[in-house]
Amino acid sequence: MDGSSVELSPRKNSKLVIYLLGAVLPVGALLLWQVFGQLGYISTMLFPTPATIFGAFIQLTTSGLLMEHFQISVTRMVIGFLIGGGLGLLFGIVVGLSKPVEKALDPTVQMIRMIPHLAVAPLFILWLGIGEESKVLLIAKGAFFPLYINTYLGIRSVDNKLFEVARTLGFNRWKLVRLLVIPSAVPNLLLGLRLSLGVSWVGLVVAELMAATSGIGYLMSDARQFNNTPVVFVGIAIFAVVGVFTDTVVRLLEKWLLRWKDSYQG
Amino acid sequence: MSNSIVSINQLSKTFHTNKDQVQALRNINLDIQEGEFITVIGPSGCGKSTLLKIIAGLDLDYQGEFLLEGKNVKGPGIDKGYIFQEPRLFPWLNVERNIAADLNIRDPKVREKVDELINLVKLTGFEKSYPRELSGGMAQRVAIARALLRNPKVLLLDEPFGALDAFTRAHMQEVLLDIWKKNKTTMIFVTHDIDEAVFLGNRIVILKPRPGSIQDIVPVVLPIPRKKTSESFQEIRLQVVNEFEKIEALQSAF
Ligand SMILES: Nc1ncnc2c1ncn2[C@@H]1O[C@H](COP(=O)(O)OP(=O)(O)OP(=O)(O)O)[C@@H](O)[C@H]1O
Ligand SMILES: [Mg+2]
Repeated sequence: MDGSSVELSPRKNSKLVIYLLGAVLPVGALLLWQVFGQLGYISTMLFPTPATIFGAFIQLTTSGLLMEHFQISVTRMVIGFLIGGGLGLLFGIVVGLSKPVEKALDPTVQMIRMIPHLAVAPLFILWLGIGEESKVLLIAKGAFFPLYINTYLGIRSVDNKLFEVARTLGFNRWKLVRLLVIPSAVPNLLLGLRLSLGVSWVGLVVAELMAATSGIGYLMSDARQFNNTPVVFVGIAIFAVVGVFTDTVVRLLEKWLLRWKDSYQG
Repeated sequence: MSNSIVSINQLSKTFHTNKDQVQALRNINLDIQEGEFITVIGPSGCGKSTLLKIIAGLDLDYQGEFLLEGKNVKGPGIDKGYIFQEPRLFPWLNVERNIAADLNIRDPKVREKVDELINLVKLTGFEKSYPRELSGGMAQRVAIARALLRNPKVLLLDEPFGALDAFTRAHMQEVLLDIWKKNKTTMIFVTHDIDEAVFLGNRIVILKPRPGSIQDIVPVVLPIPRKKTSESFQEIRLQVVNEFEKIEALQSAF
């Protein structure tokens, strides 16, 4: 009993030290930024001090403006991601499982994939106007490809030796998919999920900056027109925080789903 | 002949690679009676695994005739249990789920049999472990339990105890003999260990390489349990060693 408590406490301490170590650089940078801004060494027009940015954040929050636009952005992201990611997953599974479908579909999909993601944004706006549809479409397009390709690759990466085992165990086609193919594809699938989230996130930002009347991106481009730099910074910070948050969620999901995996933990 | 479970006539197998072709088996003739314990022994690359895979129905591309219970085999299935040279566990399933595989572990009947088998292969306490947490020998015992759960009519074992230490190996040999006596499962057991071949088999099939063919079949008429130190055991052992020397002499003649 005694031994374990003695052993535990230094571990906790060292964990705390590691967290503090990681915080030194950003906190230090923020402090320097604040001090230099106040002393007039850097232009507060281009680089408003952290305190000013925080003030703008508080103001946007209390007025309810931030929440309103944030909700709109998140809704777009979720709808676009569900449509694009869902289709990518579905196509990836079907193409991965069936050679004839692969032959029929994959060349076309690969061709479309070669078009730079954001190059079609003006076309989408032209077709669908600056309403919700063009933005959702751009987000969905971004979400589709990484999930499609990685699902398909994951399915094709099934170990032939395990496939033999499945045959000697008498798995039928459905059991083969459920008990061997899908679990084998999970690592690739999660990678696809992560990449898809990243790409569609960029799609959201671009769509909102280019042509929108609502959303965090709109808030930013609107602020830019009035030289309201602090609000632009607030927008950047929000995009960053949400990006880190979603990535962390996927990472935790990965940790749980791949707990069987024997990989280098650092 | 009437109750021969495996009957192989003039069986040959050639692998076609890009430019080359390798004859792995030539003119194999073998009849195995129901409930027999056949051990197959021979140098590396003589076609032991190839023969086993054909009997399992994993490889249907051969010449000659192979019948299981008088019928052509169209593919693998749970009536032909297979234990591979490596454990080949599903890495994302823990021990008990690997054994159950497609069967529902929450079904009390399955649960009971799985627990029984875990006890038999001495893995109690590791039910929830993942394959990466097991030693090679432990993983192979899981693979054995997985095959046994399905109560196959024929159990095909490809050097199953190669990765085990001497103690576990002796234990697993006893376990296998117990199962054989209890379930009357027909066993076809590939090994490269002469002692093991004599200890387990009631006939020893000796294969020679290039191309793989039968050198001799040695019957082992000894009561079970066998004592490895007994004179009669050593006599049969010597017989097998002699056949091996003949194979070696043949090979070095080339
Ligand atoms: N898929 C394959 N393609 C081409 N040649 C093969 C293939 N599998 C086996 N062979 C060849 O067939 C021969 C017999 O192989 P097999 O695996 O049956 O040997 P083995 O007796 O099981 O050897 P070991 O004791 O090393 O496991 C070898 O010469 C090998 O090169
Ligand atoms: Mg082999």
